[in-house]
Amino acid sequence: MTVISLVLQAGLRDLARNRWIVAYTLCFLAIAEGLFWFGGTGPQVMLSLLNLVLLVVPLVSLVFGTIHVYASREFVELLLAQPVPRRELFAGLYLGLALPLAGAFLVGAGVPFVVHAHDGASLGGLIALLGAGVALSLAFAAIATWIALRTDDRLKGVGLALGVWLASTIVYDGLVLGAAAAFGNYPLEKPLLGLMLANPVDVARVLVLTQLDVSALMGYTGALFQHTFGTLVGTSVAIAALAAWCAVPLGLAAQRFLHRDF
Amino acid sequence: MITLDTIRKRFGDLAVLQDVSLAVRPGAVTALVGPNGSGKTTLIKIILGLTRADRGTLHIDGREADAAGAYRRVIGYMPQAAHFPPNLRVGDVLDLVKQLRPGEATDDELARAFEMDAIRDKFVGILSGGTKQKVNAVIAFMFRPSLLILDEPTAGLDPLASNLLKEKIRAVRAEGRSVLVTSHILTELESLADDVAFLCDGRMRFDGSVTELLSRTREKSLEEAIASLMRSERASRRAAPPAAEGSDLAPWLVPQPKGAA
Repeated sequence: MTVISLVLQAGLRDLARNRWIVAYTLCFLAIAEGLFWFGGTGPQVMLSLLNLVLLVVPLVSLVFGTIHVYASREFVELLLAQPVPRRELFAGLYLGLALPLAGAFLVGAGVPFVVHAHDGASLGGLIALLGAGVALSLAFAAIATWIALRTDDRLKGVGLALGVWLASTIVYDGLVLGAAAAFGNYPLEKPLLGLMLANPVDVARVLVLTQLDVSALMGYTGALFQHTFGTLVGTSVAIAALAAWCAVPLGLAAQRFLHRDF
Repeated sequence: MITLDTIRKRFGDLAVLQDVSLAVRPGAVTALVGPNGSGKTTLIKIILGLTRADRGTLHIDGREADAAGAYRRVIGYMPQAAHFPPNLRVGDVLDLVKQLRPGEATDDELARAFEMDAIRDKFVGILSGGTKQKVNAVIAFMFRPSLLILDEPTAGLDPLASNLLKEKIRAVRAEGRSVLVTSHILTELESLADDVAFLCDGRMRFDGSVTELLSRTREKSLEEAIASLMRSERASRRAAPPAAEGSDLAPWLVPQPKGAA
């Protein structure tokens, strides 16, 4: 077995028994099931869950991820003292964090839709919702890893992670809206599209909404996105943007891991 | 044999190691001692490849250490404190390290002595600090490494386990392997160490045999000798501002080649 798969297996085994990961899974499970229980149809549950996914998945991935990387530091040092390549060790460690986070979300949010398969949820919408949640888990786990590898001070690192969450989920939209209002007399379409792609939470939101056929909830940037690209190209652009949001922080974190002093 | 030559390391403005040279002989236990913040841990991390030196070379058995870290195949490392993922079982941790180094001959003697079989199925998170330290020791000795690096190895161990570990260190030395050990319990080091390397303010202030150190300082025990070195260091620091190349040192504190007593 390769170093990556060995370290990944250890990570999966550790986090599968982690009480916070279990609570995270149960939380999604209870909320999705509760929404069905209170009479929601598939599309309604998806829309309600989307707002939760966009807030909670980045928060948990960032804060849990940062704390986990800090807590693993001494164990990582022990593994680095073995004759194993840093690159493979990093890949195993990242996947050992990101996959349990993504898996916990997938099980928690996905199982109720399987149980209530007859409640009219569109398959495309469900795949988009679960795919967006998984992509956000992977992207924000990469950002968390990068933060923890860059900042030695644990308190500062967790603070930074919270700052990134606040900026990407709340502040960013406010700034974009403010900019749109302030520069309303100018042709803002292209800059706004760029700004939307520059935030993974916005990309995930638009990706899911384009699959759910709820134009009213898309907002200005979402409507603009669909108008410019159409559904098919728009979906591809959004998927590519989310992939880039996973790859870029992961690349930065990998560079940091390869060259830093432990 | 491990040889470090003029190792230099800075963290920002702080010079942590300044032209440190050290040779760890085969079949000898070398005690790396010094006050807190003297650079011991950084030196160990440089040997392990966890930290990169700004300057200087590291040779293991005559060959320069490779950047990829394959040379670590000959090293067993026991960190000061054991930190393992809390939700893994002891067996998971031991198997992981074994599988990371496939095909290497293993030595289960310490695992048997520490009765690892009895705790293999226990989660690491519920173990006491001492038991975790035993797991740590078992990992370090597992592959019959020709160089063992032990950072405060007996910290947290009960007297029986501590004694077993010291016996194992002596056995390793008798087999002609090298041991580099740090500890603040100098009486313990005295019973184990053949050589002493004394680091202070990032400089190697003494590197030689224990006998040589005792004769130079005219002290009776390693603890008193090291205390004497530290007092002298402090006095020379007070007397004069630090000079660039250690010329402010008492003559017997200037690093000497081994065996030049």
